[in-house]
Amino acid sequence: MAKGEIVLGCLAPHPPHVVYAENPEQNEAFSEGGWETLRWGYNRLARKLKTIDYDAMVIFTPHWQTYIGTHFLGLPEFKSKSVDPVFPNIFRFNYDISVDVDLAEKMCEVAGESGIVTKMMRNPDFRIDYGTITSCHMLNPEWDKPLVTISSNRNAHYYSPEVMNEQAGALGLACAKAIEDSGKRVVLISSHSLSHRHFVTESPLPEDMSREHIYNHSQYVWDMKLVDMMRGGKMREVIDIMPEYTEQTIAETEAGGLTWMMSAMGYPDYSAEIYGYQSVIGTGNLIAAWDPMEATREIVL
Amino acid sequence: MTEPDILFGVYCPPHPQPLLSPEASEGYGNLRDAYETCRKRIEESEADLILVYSTTWPSIIGHQIQAHPEPEWVHVDDDFHFLGSMPYKFRIDVEFAEAFRDAAEARGLQSRTVAYDGFPIDTGSVVALKLLNPENRIPACIVSSNMYANRAETIVLGKSARDAIQGQGKKAVVVVVSSLSNRMFTEHIDPAEDRIHSAKDDEWNRKILEFFDDGRLEDLSQLSREIHGQIRVQKVVAYKPAWWMSATMGQHNNYTGEVLAYEALHGSGGAVVMLTPSSETVGDKEFDEDDVEHYHGDRGVLDKGAL
Repeated sequence: MAKGEIVLGCLAPHPPHVVYAENPEQNEAFSEGGWETLRWGYNRLARKLKTIDYDAMVIFTPHWQTYIGTHFLGLPEFKSKSVDPVFPNIFRFNYDISVDVDLAEKMCEVAGESGIVTKMMRNPDFRIDYGTITSCHMLNPEWDKPLVTISSNRNAHYYSPEVMNEQAGALGLACAKAIEDSGKRVVLISSHSLSHRHFVTESPLPEDMSREHIYNHSQYVWDMKLVDMMRGGKMREVIDIMPEYTEQTIAETEAGGLTWMMSAMGYPDYSAEIYGYQSVIGTGNLIAAWDPMEATREIVL
Repeated sequence: MTEPDILFGVYCPPHPQPLLSPEASEGYGNLRDAYETCRKRIEESEADLILVYSTTWPSIIGHQIQAHPEPEWVHVDDDFHFLGSMPYKFRIDVEFAEAFRDAAEARGLQSRTVAYDGFPIDTGSVVALKLLNPENRIPACIVSSNMYANRAETIVLGKSARDAIQGQGKKAVVVVVSSLSNRMFTEHIDPAEDRIHSAKDDEWNRKILEFFDDGRLEDLSQLSREIHGQIRVQKVVAYKPAWWMSATMGQHNNYTGEVLAYEALHGSGGAVVMLTPSSETVGDKEFDEDDVEHYHGDRGVLDKGAL
């Protein structure tokens, strides 16, 4: 069996607003659009994914929060409705997803062997979080690839962003080994915003783009610092400053997703593909990808 | 003006073990028995509303209030999914929910009702309502805990609840769903060996329970910042339940407190406490923080001075 490999890593933010704005048939709410910079970036990255041969998507989500270890979805099918507890007015999504249980079990096993506390989630009534659904829908609206969803263990809450960085890095190494052992070609998805301070009010029409801007300039400057480093292929340095960045911007990187993905990909020293940056209800959202194949790597923006 | 008719308050933990696995340890069983005592008291009371403030329902856009007349789903906890599913169907007092929203807005808060099929009611609310009001004999209402809200906003939210109870002439039982210390073990444990995560957490929990036992609710409210720093995992900006409970029930120490159970829940501190308004008091103290009546939003200090 050939060794498995990571064929692409995607930073894919999950504000439900982008799904709402797309008006897919699965979502009950209807919009007049909005957040085009992000949506068009997502559309372009989705087109790139269509050109890549892969077996499964593995997504690390901040909205399945666990405090007792790292959990993995462990049943082949989940079909239900996901309603965003914060933005129920815009996201009520009927989903029908398949899971690559073999790959999930392999990741759980290898992570466990490396000393990480793990658990398979096998309750059929479990509801899939809106982070997983938003990122996966925007990257693959056809939903024709199986997923593995990994919960985010909240080390930053219990200990510190430094501990989060170490633990998420170890999980990334374990997942990379599991992928290699599986013989599968896998797309990794780190599902989160960058800076993550929200406005606590919402305009009467959520998609009113005249009201949308970053929460404050400090958040913007920090986000751009990270984008510049990503363009420069400095992912080791990005992860090194992650604790400082996370604390300064209340960033959603606190969940560990970017650290997990960069660790699994060996901290790329090549340029990230930048697909778009835009604020959503004050938070900073970047769509980016890391393509290990130099021949297909692009300068997008 | 007459005072709102708040019959008593219940402080109880959000974890699912007392509902799903009370037999797994003596402690979980004790908590379940304490819930049962509260259930009977509620049943025997003349309450026509159970108002729940849940720390496991975080909100961002202001304060959300459940207003679906019969929310129904099968809930599964993110961490404790292996303990089983929690099917629920509740009876919500929609008229009260709307009055609560209006009262919150009248005091300057951003607030909205939510009434969507499949809305994910949180673990804490599900556990509390299933154990305290299993037959839905009394209509309920649930309010979220805004993740950015601090003292002023939370106290004003409590006063809004009080306004709505008074305005509607309800006889209310106030339920706060929150652990005491909230640090859980980060490994899977044998429930029979469950204990409070650290001696420090245990000591603080017992101090808090002394206050509850003495009926010193407002004193606890004033201690909230200290409690947050000492025994709360820093997930949100502040420990808010005592602020909300005191502002809703009445900001004083005139209560009869009953600590019905105190046990570990995967390392965190779980207590079931009842507080009944009383004429007896341990006395009120002078405090140096303003009592807030109206929420004016962010103060915009960054815009007012040169940096």
